[in-house]
Amino acid sequence: MPRLTSLWNLANPTRFLGLADRLLPWLAALAAVLLAVGLYLSFFVAPPDYQQGETVRIMFVHVPAAWLGLFMYVMMSASALGTLVWRHPLADVAQKAAAPIGAAFTFVCLVTGSLWGKPMWGTWWVWDARLTSVLVLFLMYLGIIALWRAVDDPARAARAVAVLTLVGVVNIPIIKFSVDWWSTLHQPAAVFRIDGPTIHPSMLWPLLVMAVAFTVLAIALHLAGMRNEILRRRVRSLRLMEAEQLDAGVEPAAGAAR
Amino acid sequence: MNDPHTGFIVASYALTTLVVGGLVLRAVFDHRALRRAIAQLEARGVRRRSARREKAR
Repeated sequence: MPRLTSLWNLANPTRFLGLADRLLPWLAALAAVLLAVGLYLSFFVAPPDYQQGETVRIMFVHVPAAWLGLFMYVMMSASALGTLVWRHPLADVAQKAAAPIGAAFTFVCLVTGSLWGKPMWGTWWVWDARLTSVLVLFLMYLGIIALWRAVDDPARAARAVAVLTLVGVVNIPIIKFSVDWWSTLHQPAAVFRIDGPTIHPSMLWPLLVMAVAFTVLAIALHLAGMRNEILRRRVRSLRLMEAEQLDAGVEPAAGAAR
Repeated sequence: MNDPHTGFIVASYALTTLVVGGLVLRAVFDHRALRRAIAQLEARGVRRRSARREKAR
């Protein structure tokens, strides 16, 4: 079981920090190059849509943001299982670091969708199944972030957040299939379909490059977030140790004063 | 780009840049602040048990 063993080797925070330090510059550089290529393709290679005109260019940020909103939540759910079932020491670190990133991309998805909807649908917002379920996803992220902040002890917070995350995972298939199950103003899936994408390759390729660029960026941000969370916990435990040492030094004097 | 909806496109890309830029800056500044805090604590003689063991070897 070499793969499982290596996953458990990474449970050592110091070893994980070393790996993150080595990987992050490469991931950041790759994300920057992919974003530059993706933006070039989105603005200078992809043609205007025959119906939507230039407005279709909003798709190149809206769709990758939506994809990452879902991706980060699925990752958080896998980490929640890691916390509750396998008790992997870094599972809750991964879960905590993913929440703000997922929330940010879901926020981008909602606002760019609104900015796309106004000129195309004639409205900023409708309470249809797709839009509402994505709003619920955003509220789930905010609830999870709030719960992390509400409980002081990271281990206790991790278990509560893991349960909440797993309850919320039911929303993911609802978001994906909402456009098929209900009559919505939002268009049906155009990329991930059983019968293949319905977008012309001249728009599909820029979209895929942007999606990969956003994904690499999100992975880099997640790794950086995990590294920061490990350091934050280290600062917390060092401060507790310092407080204990100070307490131990003060005790005798306090006793003598009695 | 001569389109009646240019403002919507610019706003979408500006917001995305702002949010993604914010995430990147948050990660960088957070990391610097945490490294500084650890260095200050260690300078005051507070060390993790594992760090003390490593130093003793």
